[in-house]
Amino acid sequence: MLAINVNGETREIDAPDDMPLLWALRDMLQLNGAKYGCGVGLCGACTVHVDGEAVRSCMVSASSVAGREVTTIEGLDPAGDHRVQQAWRELNVPQCGYCQSGQIMQAAALLAENPQPSDEEILEAMSGNVCRCGCYQRIVDAVRHASTGI
Amino acid sequence: MLKYLEQMDVTAAPKPSGLLVAKASRRGFLGGAAAFALAVYATDAKAFTRWKTGGEGMDHGVVEDPLIFVSIDPDGTVTLVAHRSEMGTGARTSLPMVMADEMEADWDRVVIVQAEGDEPKYGNQDTDGSRSLRHHIQAARKIGGSVRTMLQQAAAEEWGIPAEQVTVENHMVSGGGNSVHFGELAEKAMAMPVPAHEDIAYKTEDQFRYIGKGQVQIADLHDITTGKAVYGSDIARPGMKIAMAVRPPVVGGKVVSFDGTAAMEIPGVVGVYQLPDWSQPGAFAPLGGVAVVADNTWAAIQARDLLEIEWDHGAHGDYNSESYLEEMKATAEQPGQSLRRKGDPDAAFADAANTFGQTYTSDHMAHIAMEPPVAVADVTGEGCEIWAPVQSPYRVRKDVAEALGLGEDQVRVNVTLLGGGFGRKSKGDYVTEAALLSREVGAPVRMQWTREDDVRHSFYHTTSAERIDVAMDDEGKVTGWRHNSVAPSILSTFAPDSGQQFAIEHGMGHVDMPFDIANVSCENGQAMAHTRIGWFRAVSNVPRAWAIGTLVGELAAEQGKDQREMWLELIGAPRVFDPEAEGLPEGFWNYGEPAGEGFEIDTGRLANVLNMAADGIGFGKELPDGEGIGLSAHRSFVSYVACAAHVKVVDGRITVPEVHLAVDCGFPANPERIASQMEGAAVMGMSVALNSSITFDEGAVIQGNYYDYDVVRSTNYPRVVTHIVEHGFQTPSTGVGEPGLPPVAPAIGNALFVATGQRKRHLPIGDAI
Repeated sequence: MLAINVNGETREIDAPDDMPLLWALRDMLQLNGAKYGCGVGLCGACTVHVDGEAVRSCMVSASSVAGREVTTIEGLDPAGDHRVQQAWRELNVPQCGYCQSGQIMQAAALLAENPQPSDEEILEAMSGNVCRCGCYQRIVDAVRHASTGI
Repeated sequence: MLKYLEQMDVTAAPKPSGLLVAKASRRGFLGGAAAFALAVYATDAKAFTRWKTGGEGMDHGVVEDPLIFVSIDPDGTVTLVAHRSEMGTGARTSLPMVMADEMEADWDRVVIVQAEGDEPKYGNQDTDGSRSLRHHIQAARKIGGSVRTMLQQAAAEEWGIPAEQVTVENHMVSGGGNSVHFGELAEKAMAMPVPAHEDIAYKTEDQFRYIGKGQVQIADLHDITTGKAVYGSDIARPGMKIAMAVRPPVVGGKVVSFDGTAAMEIPGVVGVYQLPDWSQPGAFAPLGGVAVVADNTWAAIQARDLLEIEWDHGAHGDYNSESYLEEMKATAEQPGQSLRRKGDPDAAFADAANTFGQTYTSDHMAHIAMEPPVAVADVTGEGCEIWAPVQSPYRVRKDVAEALGLGEDQVRVNVTLLGGGFGRKSKGDYVTEAALLSREVGAPVRMQWTREDDVRHSFYHTTSAERIDVAMDDEGKVTGWRHNSVAPSILSTFAPDSGQQFAIEHGMGHVDMPFDIANVSCENGQAMAHTRIGWFRAVSNVPRAWAIGTLVGELAAEQGKDQREMWLELIGAPRVFDPEAEGLPEGFWNYGEPAGEGFEIDTGRLANVLNMAADGIGFGKELPDGEGIGLSAHRSFVSYVACAAHVKVVDGRITVPEVHLAVDCGFPANPERIASQMEGAAVMGMSVALNSSITFDEGAVIQGNYYDYDVVRSTNYPRVVTHIVEHGFQTPSTGVGEPGLPPVAPAIGNALFVATGQRKRHLPIGDAI
């Protein structure tokens, strides 16, 4: 049994040590916010926070996060009203929505570390998160909006 | 998780059997809806005069029975059925929004449920071809107007006053000193006779509350931003197993033998199963191969890697797309089957003072929606229940029934949100795989495709060679046009392959070439398919717009004209196509629409969007070296879109800092979602221009994941400004999801030429120069 701390709770899971965190979250804990998109850390749909940092959950094993704080989109804000989530709604960012949990988690981690990122820093930080619908314009605007209110 | 409508207290009307539930609005409106004071509706039928669309000709047509689409709770909650799939276009919001507006329902009290696949009940549900609003917006108004009228009639009866004295406004029904919300009259109202179109006093356009305003947010916005939105892979059923498969590397390949011993040793693996072989033409049948079924996804992934399979690659084992492209180019230079003939093109070329000709090519592409194909199936003694992200749930229902030998009534298809579709999820091979395995395993099965599976086993966008020659007189005026299109056809997926394209492909930017040229020949050269060819957003319009749009740029450069001048000269004076005078083929396919009544080819509309995009970007302004603006315009899905793209080469890397897209899609029912579709089309169009290449060697796809099939990212996305042509409701709403895409790549190519002097004639260009 593995014990991992997710969204402030300790959860026990019956999973092999090498199971990627993504599949542990989805298959074992029914936390479906993080999505599978590529399995190789190139699309960002599975992004969660580990000790506050954005991490591709398909690329780290569940066992490697033992003793650390994992936050998924479900735990980002109890009411779903994190300023990034609010900004996403104010700017009507999503189209299909599938990548948006990962985008939001990436943006939230950026702003936690760098509350006033430059445009270039926003583009760079978000560059690992693919949106095939092509919502980048609104994603970038929403990150800026969450950061500055503009 | 999904909530069944059965769990809700819906008593006033027959219960829609839909599944995916969303509260229409959690946070109100983008800018706050304007306050409306309306009480009296127009009795003038001109408020909404119906027109014919191709919707009636689709399988199961259009249904506008309010008792199918609307129910009202005693507490006033209005439940509306969305019968079209949601893959990001906003259809799941926009059609219910139209119903709610005409009904005078308060959007904050609307709940949307997703219909299951049941076309005899809901009408056509095949969500592709940019048809949702085009075919169903009138029905949505009729449904809403019917319910409002029924509420009014019920109140009149209840209160003993004439119906004319009853007003229905923003979820309240008032008259004779009474004022109640919808719920209090619901039971009586929904039992009233459904009025005929002529007996409904429709709202006039100035009374629209939501329609055309762009203020309503998508129904799933809150769920999406909190991780609660339900896609195919989020469905979990009690006792469910996870399946993954290794499919034949070459389409039509077969398993000679396999060894699953090592795979079975992975803890959690339940079994290894061979899937039935595929044979051409396979339509949407699974490709075959070997599947592993396990307790969880990770076990399935690990076990799959341990399968040992010997393949017979079959008839397409020597397909090499690079050498095939050369063959297609050679074919394109020969005369092809004649499709459209106007005037005397042979004489025009014989008499020409000058000619110009080039061949424009493109590689295969794969859709790679963010959500790879996935489906959950539960086969029991009673039948089969499916939960899946599918564009055509009723087609899936029929395919699954056939594969399992069940009756259609024994299969139920529940539609989840789609994590992108782009045409791939019209084809339910992945759903049938899940159903076959569930039957074998005797438990619910989720078939999960990996990204590599998706890239390597798609229904690919065709590869093509488009040869265009023009004849010119001594003043440079184009007098003759010959276009030979050579590309494997989608038809090969459904019928024995003749190597010839069919009417639907001919109609996508080939025979409908809109320029004012006296002598025209449109031809089709043979190209056999060596993989599964399917539709990808905008389909054949992508290579045709690339070819025609690039050629216009080339002619402008040849003749020393600016691009706008060249485009406008070729488009000519505004005119509506006369099919006979233009030599259009008999049975010309106009996206399934009637030839007239707002669906005709109107070159004035094309010129207009071209000017809007060019004006928007400031075409003609001075730019530094290494920068340029390119133009392109294209009609598709009965809409007109022009693109003006600003290209800037930075250290040899192609960037597109700014794109203006001007769209004429008839009445813009939901401008905010139209803009989001245009923004997305610019991004995908840039990927098409620079990145998207699927190539084959020895019959198998070379690419596998984002490392070799990358797409535009935040570091190089274009800023998009969308310009929407204003029309009233009586100008039919036309396509939005697809038509933004075709003009983007040629505009980028034309801009690149201005910036660098380099002319590119093959897609993709590559992102460096």
